[in-house]
Amino acid sequence: MKNKLSKASRRAFLTCAVVVAAFVALQSLASAGAMSSMLRGLLVPICAYVVMAISLNLTVGVLGELSLGHAGFMSVGAFTGVTAAAALQNLVASKELRLIAALLVGAIFAGIVGFLVGIPVLRLNGDYLAIVTLAFGEIIKSVFNNLYLGLDGHGFHLSLLDNKLRMEEGGRLIIGGPMGVGGIQKIANFATGFALIMLCLVVIFNLVNSRAGRAIMAIRDNRIAAESVGIPVTKYKMTAFVTSAAMAGAAGALFALNFSTIVANKFDFNTSILVLVFVVLGGLGNMLGSIVAAAALTVLPEALRQFADYRMLVYAIVLIAVMLLRNSPGIRAFTERARIRKGGEAE
Amino acid sequence: MSDPNKRRPQTKMVPVQPRAIVPDRDADKSPILECHHLGVDFGGLTAVNDFNLMIGRTEIAGLIGPNGAGKTTVFNLLTKVYQPTRGTILLDGADTSRMTTEQINRAGIARTFQNIRLFGNLSVEDNVKLGLHNHIEYGMWSGVLRTPRYWREERRAHESAMELLKIFEMQDLAGAKAGSLPYGAQRRLEIVRALATNPSLLLLDEPAAGMNPSETAELMDNIVRIRDLFQIAVMLIEHDMSLVMGICEGICVLNFGQVIAKGTPDEIKSDLVVIEAYLGRKDKKQKEAE
Ligand SMILES: Nc1ncnc2c1ncn2[C@@H]1O[C@H](COP(=O)(O)OP(=O)(O)OP(=O)(O)O)[C@@H](O)[C@H]1O
Ligand SMILES: [Mg+2]
Repeated sequence: MKNKLSKASRRAFLTCAVVVAAFVALQSLASAGAMSSMLRGLLVPICAYVVMAISLNLTVGVLGELSLGHAGFMSVGAFTGVTAAAALQNLVASKELRLIAALLVGAIFAGIVGFLVGIPVLRLNGDYLAIVTLAFGEIIKSVFNNLYLGLDGHGFHLSLLDNKLRMEEGGRLIIGGPMGVGGIQKIANFATGFALIMLCLVVIFNLVNSRAGRAIMAIRDNRIAAESVGIPVTKYKMTAFVTSAAMAGAAGALFALNFSTIVANKFDFNTSILVLVFVVLGGLGNMLGSIVAAAALTVLPEALRQFADYRMLVYAIVLIAVMLLRNSPGIRAFTERARIRKGGEAE
Repeated sequence: MSDPNKRRPQTKMVPVQPRAIVPDRDADKSPILECHHLGVDFGGLTAVNDFNLMIGRTEIAGLIGPNGAGKTTVFNLLTKVYQPTRGTILLDGADTSRMTTEQINRAGIARTFQNIRLFGNLSVEDNVKLGLHNHIEYGMWSGVLRTPRYWREERRAHESAMELLKIFEMQDLAGAKAGSLPYGAQRRLEIVRALATNPSLLLLDEPAAGMNPSETAELMDNIVRIRDLFQIAVMLIEHDMSLVMGICEGICVLNFGQVIAKGTPDEIKSDLVVIEAYLGRKDKKQKEAE
């Protein structure tokens, strides 16, 4: 087992190697000044969307449950992470430490929210998760659109009413309802984004190739059989779902700390669907596919700016073309042959 | 056959003891499974009614009956895939009414399915390791952090899985995707996966379905071998009479959800009600064929 790597470990290494290579290439391009400012501005969002895609792939591809509200967890992570960063601004001098703390806070809160969403749904069998996460995404959006949060000498002040925070002199408004969060210190950076991707990848691959991960995939393949061999189905569904939500929370915090303002409407149903598109396009359960799809489809709309009004049209056509290509019998037969030539057993 | 009812204390809840067909060697031990007045309704349809059964610790028991008689439903009741409407199930003397499917397995019942339910996208070895799930001792974090405990337990699981696959000489298939195996091998893998959970009662739902006579003969030997090796009880549903009559020590015949006969293979073979309800139909078909 140790001397001859299993197919799963080979794929995990390949994925990590591709991410490291891409990071090194992009980082050296950026430091050499050979990168367009458009692409440089996209580096952190790409990292955030890559984490969103691989974390959603854990729920959709590995656990086999459909989630339509992944952006909701991103939103929770974004707002709590930014709040944490703002609160620590005068306490922690190091930008890097503040960023890490913000990512951690975002992950923890999103994980908790994921747990709460999961309690009623994950005990049920069927497509309830899709419905509930869809609703969750909308609810979390209106919560943050109506939430006012301030910070003063006494600590945090929270209100759902029109800015009645009763803060003392010198207090600072952090979340301003529909105005979102303004004046964010842009402390997110590409290296940390890369580190977050690597961390998530290692966690997911190690999870998948362990006892818990096997149980999660067993539930996907056949729930009744999983129960019949004594696997606590709800527990493992929850494990996968909360892990996925926590990663989305960290991605949200990273994303938000790359911009000076952030509003709740950024993390709406469209964003959830966009991330789902990354996952489906990259292949269910295929982490490398998710990464490539997320990176390419984050850059594409920006690269298409020259097409001005026809941007979204071209974007849609590219999407459809890729889907058709991926599923065409010719391409399928080709990848199948390539796989057999590599000497691997049929997947 | 000695009467085991005399040696067993009577349960207060159940006034009538089911007629026992437990083999002699198990007679002085308490039965592994007892069903009392078990029944289930699906809407207006009574799929199983007043089902009483007792299975000895190392018995091979057969459950037969025409299509739609309610045999699979009995397995689904025993494993709590369906919740019984009436009656009691005692597993090793303990009431299982509050248990879930998952808890039933941990308490000692493992099963296979009539329409095979493997983890089709996972490897053969992983399927067996999933059977071993509750016997592999490390948590999620050990797995994520790859602690020494993870490596130790995974190696142990690998060895146990290979050992179990040896029963059907399937070690060479360990890396293959379970869903891509031929039909017969899938059925055998399901049995191995069930055995991996370390059951005291193994339920086999039509294990010989789709197998040719030589495969069936081999399977018969293997079922007996498994019983001898693991010292467990086996209950099987089967339409292949040569298999049922060949290895079962006690047979229970269901028709329209009702037990119509119970006894040893010889008793069943000569039971007129059974012949009429079940074997008789087959005789007629055979005559027509001649
Ligand atoms: N979930 C269910 N809902 C409604 N009716 C059901 C359900 N499960 C089984 N039945 C009915 O119960 C009866 C017994 O079905 P069962 O599958 O137990 O038969 P069986 O003896 O296993 O038959 P076979 O030999 O064909 O496998 C059938 O009439 C079936 O339609
Ligand atoms: Mg059946």
